[in-house]
Amino acid sequence: MSDAHHHHDHDHDHGGHHPEPPSEVEARALALESLLIDKGLITSDEVDRIISAYEHDIGPMIGARVVAHAWADPEYKARLLSDGPAALKELAIDYPASTRLVVVENEPGVHNAIVCTLCSCYPWAVLGLPPTWYKSAPYRSRMVSEPRSVLAEFGLSLTDGVAVNVWDSSSDVRYMVLPERPAGTEEWSEEQLASIVTRDCMIGVAKPRVPAESTTR
Amino acid sequence: MSIDRSVANLVGDAALPRKNGELVFQAPWEGRAFGLAVVLSDKGEYEWDEFRKNLVGKIAGGPEKTYYERWLSALENLLLEHGVVTEEELSKRAAEYAALERDPVF
Repeated sequence: MSDAHHHHDHDHDHGGHHPEPPSEVEARALALESLLIDKGLITSDEVDRIISAYEHDIGPMIGARVVAHAWADPEYKARLLSDGPAALKELAIDYPASTRLVVVENEPGVHNAIVCTLCSCYPWAVLGLPPTWYKSAPYRSRMVSEPRSVLAEFGLSLTDGVAVNVWDSSSDVRYMVLPERPAGTEEWSEEQLASIVTRDCMIGVAKPRVPAESTTR
Repeated sequence: MSIDRSVANLVGDAALPRKNGELVFQAPWEGRAFGLAVVLSDKGEYEWDEFRKNLVGKIAGGPEKTYYERWLSALENLLLEHGVVTEEELSKRAAEYAALERDPVF
C-alpha cells in the first residue's frame, strides 16, 4: 500500500487504502474469497456479477423509486432536495442516522456527479454496492481533475454550456444525483419511470434513456 | 446471470434482509459473502438446499450475531465439511488480512 495517500479517518464501510485493519469478520470474508480464487474455483468477476444480478434485477433499486416519485410529485422533490433522509422516510425507507444524504438535482445547464476521492464512500442505503470502477484510483482522481473527459468516456458528452458539479463524498455526507426526467415520459407511471433510472444515472455518469419503442407508440 | 428463486425466496428467519423488497447489505463484505455462497452453489460445489440448512441451523443458534455473520459462518462450515478449504489455511489467510499483510480491498 502506498503511503502517498492522505490520512483520513472515515468509518468502516469502504474499500481500498484503508489505514485501519479490517474487522475480524471482514478479514474472514476476504480470506475465504481470496482462497477460493487462488484455488481456481471462482473469480471476483463472477461474484460481482451475482451480487449485481441480485441487487439490480430483483427489482428497481431503492434510489430509482425515490427518483421516480420525485419526478411525479414536485412537492416531494422539493422535500427530497431539502432533507434527503426525511423524504426517504416518507417512502418507508430507512436511512442510517450516522451519515447525511444530500440529493443534488440535474437541471438544464447543470450536471452533477459523485465521487469519493479518498476511498469509496457511497450512498449504500439508496444505491446498493458501489461498482468496481467507482472504487478505482483513476475514477477517484480524474473525476475531479477532468470530469468532462471522464463523463465522455462513460458515453456522456456535455456541451460547454453545461456546468459540471462534482460532489466528493465522505463518511459524514453522501450524495445522490437526481437526474432530469427525460422528455416523452409524461404519461408514465412511477413504476415505468423507476425502470429507466439506473445506478449510473444516480452516480451522475449517465442520463436516463427512454427505450426507442416507447417513444414511437 | 439468472436469479435463482430458491435463493431469492429464503423464508422465515433465514429470509434475506430486505427493505421494500430490495436486498440490503450493511457493508461490502456482506455483499461478497452473499455472492460467494450463490456462485459456489451455481457451480455445483454444493446444493443450495445444503447451504440453506446450514444457514437455518446458524440462525437457530442464538441472537448475538448479525444475519450475514451467520451467513458467512454457514458458508465456512459447508466448505470445511466438503474439504474445499481447510481451517488452517482459512485462519492463516484471515490473520494476514487482519495484519494488513494483504490489502483489504472489497
